Amino acid sequence: MDGAQDMGGLNYGAVEPEPNEPVFHAEWERRAFALTVAMAKPGGWNIDMSRFAREDRPHADYLSKSYYQIWLAGLERLMLERDLVTTDEIEAGHALQPPKPGAAALTRETVLPTLRRGSPTLRVAATPALFKVGDRVRAKQMNPPTHTRLPHYVRGHVGVIDLVHGSHIFPDTHAMGAGEQPQWLYTVRFDGRELWGDKADPTSSVSVDAWESYLDPIPDHA
Amino acid sequence: MSDHDHHHDHSDLSETELRVHALETVLTEKGYVDPAALDLLIETYETKVGPRNGAQVVARAWTDPDYRARLLADGTTAITEFGFSGRQSEHLVVVENTPGVHNMVVCTLCSCYPWAVLGLPPVWYKSAPYRSRAVIDPRGVLGEFGVTLADNINIRVWDSTSEIRYLVLPQRPAGTDGWSEEQLAELVTRDSMIGTGLPKQPGEVA
Repeated sequence: MDGAQDMGGLNYGAVEPEPNEPVFHAEWERRAFALTVAMAKPGGWNIDMSRFAREDRPHADYLSKSYYQIWLAGLERLMLERDLVTTDEIEAGHALQPPKPGAAALTRETVLPTLRRGSPTLRVAATPALFKVGDRVRAKQMNPPTHTRLPHYVRGHVGVIDLVHGSHIFPDTHAMGAGEQPQWLYTVRFDGRELWGDKADPTSSVSVDAWESYLDPIPDHA
Repeated sequence: MSDHDHHHDHSDLSETELRVHALETVLTEKGYVDPAALDLLIETYETKVGPRNGAQVVARAWTDPDYRARLLADGTTAITEFGFSGRQSEHLVVVENTPGVHNMVVCTLCSCYPWAVLGLPPVWYKSAPYRSRAVIDPRGVLGEFGVTLADNINIRVWDSTSEIRYLVLPQRPAGTDGWSEEQLAELVTRDSMIGTGLPKQPGEVA
């Protein structure tokens, strides 16, 4: 969806690097980070569901929140949707209902093995790859109301397949609870001028990772 | 988007602090989270996992041609030689700067970043200005970091739109012949591995 999170090519002003930046800027950021990471196990959601829970909100709301405030809003939404907590409990600051059965906590012993393992998204391919390195492709014009990882700024533009990554979980369905439905994943490189017109830096290119169904083939003679 | 240490004069952040505390209490009482596990998560990313990890990888690639080849062919496997792996680096691709090509990494959609080798991203990386402009005006953004590249150097921007994470292998600074891996790692900055900076020069370290 073209939510406020899809920022590529817009202009939100100058970047402000922060010398000697701390990992966290406040105690609440530490806790919001840890709660979000730790709740994935008892909550049972996946990373694509968390991303959609963060981005599926009005632009003004997304842009008015700091980074970890967005994480927090996404976390609350994921928990409320699954009846893990109630709004009354969050307001009261205490548990008022028994816990949802089967929601087991991440323990201190399992933190490091869980981080080391991560959540690899590579899956066995069910079909041969449609594209190979060097093929020209056009990114589809699309704006689904749900989660997608094709940024708006490449849609309709022509690029070249640069890398082939194998078959990976498809975020558009995974975010909606509709399964992994893995697809071939490619890095597609677009010339700066193809994306931004004649005023673009002629020495620049932008690569995005795109799943096969985001791309249309362009015949060699076209 | 900036929220540094201004919470003393912003009531909305006080509300946020209270809400996070309330939430942690509820989740702990319900048995969904273990406070000791939360502490270990925080400690890990504040003290163990950070850009010094990536600097070791880069320094080895600068000194060991076989390692460099393995790293560029399969970054995910090559970083396991240092014990680095997993969350937000499940699939790592290393892109190499050359005299003619400069690479730069962004996530326009959120904040994707190779945690296992760089730790958690800085605020500017997650901010709207960087995410919006890195793809359309990379030279302008580099200028805001104090980096000026020659006009004929090609800039390749990598937008992390999948679970593939990207790490930039910067060029080894001149004048470092015979340096050890440990010495070279001191030249490798976090920003040089994102592509918004260059490595330090030999004269910049003691």
